[in-house]
Amino acid sequence: MDILVIQILNSIFYACILFLIAAGLSLIYGVMRIVNLAHGSLYALGAYVTAWAIGTLAAGAPLWVLFLLLPLGAIVVAAAGALIEPTLLRPLYRRPEEYQLLITFALLLILEDVMHFLFGGVPLTAGAVIDSMGTMRIMNLRYPVYNLVVITIGIASAVFLWAVIYRTRFGVILRATSQNMRMASALGLNVKWVYVQAFALGCFMAGLGGAVVVPAQAAVLGMGVEALILAFVVVVIGGLGSLEGALIGALIVSFVRTAGIQFFPEIELAVLYLIAALVLLIKPTGLFGRA
Amino acid sequence: MQDKSARTGPSTRLIVACAIPILILLLAMPRFLDVYQIQLFTYGLIYAIAALGFNLLLGYTGLLSFGHSAYFGLGAYSAAFLVKYFGVGSIEIYILVGLFITGLISAAFGYVCVRHTRIFFGILTLALSQVLWTLAYKFFWVTGGTDGLRVAFANLTLLGGLIDFKGRNAYQSFVQSYYYYVLLLFCVCTILMWVIVHSPFGKALQAIRDNETRAQFLGIPIRRYRWIAFLLSGSFTGLAGILWVPLNGLVTPDILYWPFSGEIVFMTVLGGFRTFTGPIIGAIVFNYLKVYAVASTAYWQFMLGAVLVVLVLALPTGIVGTLSRQFAKFRKRG
Repeated sequence: MDILVIQILNSIFYACILFLIAAGLSLIYGVMRIVNLAHGSLYALGAYVTAWAIGTLAAGAPLWVLFLLLPLGAIVVAAAGALIEPTLLRPLYRRPEEYQLLITFALLLILEDVMHFLFGGVPLTAGAVIDSMGTMRIMNLRYPVYNLVVITIGIASAVFLWAVIYRTRFGVILRATSQNMRMASALGLNVKWVYVQAFALGCFMAGLGGAVVVPAQAAVLGMGVEALILAFVVVVIGGLGSLEGALIGALIVSFVRTAGIQFFPEIELAVLYLIAALVLLIKPTGLFGRA
Repeated sequence: MQDKSARTGPSTRLIVACAIPILILLLAMPRFLDVYQIQLFTYGLIYAIAALGFNLLLGYTGLLSFGHSAYFGLGAYSAAFLVKYFGVGSIEIYILVGLFITGLISAAFGYVCVRHTRIFFGILTLALSQVLWTLAYKFFWVTGGTDGLRVAFANLTLLGGLIDFKGRNAYQSFVQSYYYYVLLLFCVCTILMWVIVHSPFGKALQAIRDNETRAQFLGIPIRRYRWIAFLLSGSFTGLAGILWVPLNGLVTPDILYWPFSGEIVFMTVLGGFRTFTGPIIGAIVFNYLKVYAVASTAYWQFMLGAVLVVLVLALPTGIVGTLSRQFAKFRKRG
């Protein structure tokens, strides 16, 4: 029973991280129709920046300082996104989508080595945060408080993102651009600027995912490539371009994965990919996607 | 008819006139290159077979697969399993069994994948290839996990046991004979692919690529044709995987991981996917590019990424596309 509660909490923790990554991926696809292969690497960049800030820059600082530094990764990644969109992606919107995939693949290669160059080959941790927050009792077991903080951040950002997209003027503009870019442009919207914002927002989400995960697990080279594929599974199950889909997909993937690690560890990942393939076969637009 | 073929592409005479000197050059190559250079070039030829197969889907059918590492890896692992569990040393058996397995799996995967096009096709191929990757990665007691499986050249025989590699200078003689062996299969594959893309079937694929609806009106069974193209494409790439193993001596799950699929796409686009020879040139150039990038800097991925950015932004038709346009311009002027 205790174990079950802990495992459910772990699943939700993991789902929050996955949601943050997948929501960004989905948002970028929804608005710009680009499948960003570098999205996982942006997540990794967020993790590295935060780990560097907390573990190296402000080592030994009080907890509230560390918490203030936590979003730094997300902000840096958003800024990188705002730079990448006009320089690398904008020239390609009129070209076939193969080129867009390729340019994001190139970006992935570049980002992996930029991180290698900036932060070195050793894993970086921000364990100070999770250590100084201690643990709490859940039934008869101890659970890190920080994981609950991440769950809160995850839920808060899901609500925030939903509110931005469905309840603000910016959200209306975003949805209009996603439905018909030419029409939106004809109505006087600055589509170029919307694209920059959408891409930066998507990158911000990925960076935030990396930033909140890094106190719990170290930033290592290759984490982005791995995360991207899981995020893909999430958006394929939920439906590319759908926010609700990213949420449900993240929950499904993390619960299946937690159960998988417990009961069928060898084929845990294979099962996830097979689920994704099955969803694509039966309902290609995903559970919540629109054609 | 004569007139038409002249318009759609270079004439047969011109192709033969170009191919013969290149072939002579390739045949003479081991005479003036050292072992390492021959080995490097053999890798290039093997990747060229993979890219040639891949381009049947991308260039001729208009489907971008991001999961071709699966078929390359399947071929490689089939050969490695034959060595480890059956003690087979004959490359012909690797090829027969490996092609059967990759053909079977690519038929199954293709059957699923061709239900979609565009981005969903790409994601589906990616997801299925990653299933294989996790299996190779997790079932380490069968596949050796990340340690991989060794395939020593010393036990290898070519041409049904006629050529083996024992005794002095075994490695040199292996590299030389293997080069000719790969070259032979490369020529066979190239001719085969040429025949395929210039056959009525190949023309139908191009019609599907250019206008799906119109092709359907003409009575072309689109899905079945795409499926056959997928099967052929996977088998070519599988053959490349089989040939790659003895040369590399080791197979690890890395070649099933999706960035390797990305590299196959990279090669093809580097050469130019709208041309027949593009993937061949692209694969050979990419191989040198990667080897020299890895040798010269720890940040070789950055270099490759930067090359890809330049390629996509400035030279979208690839090396062959750009050169042939320059050539055409030059001819018009002169």
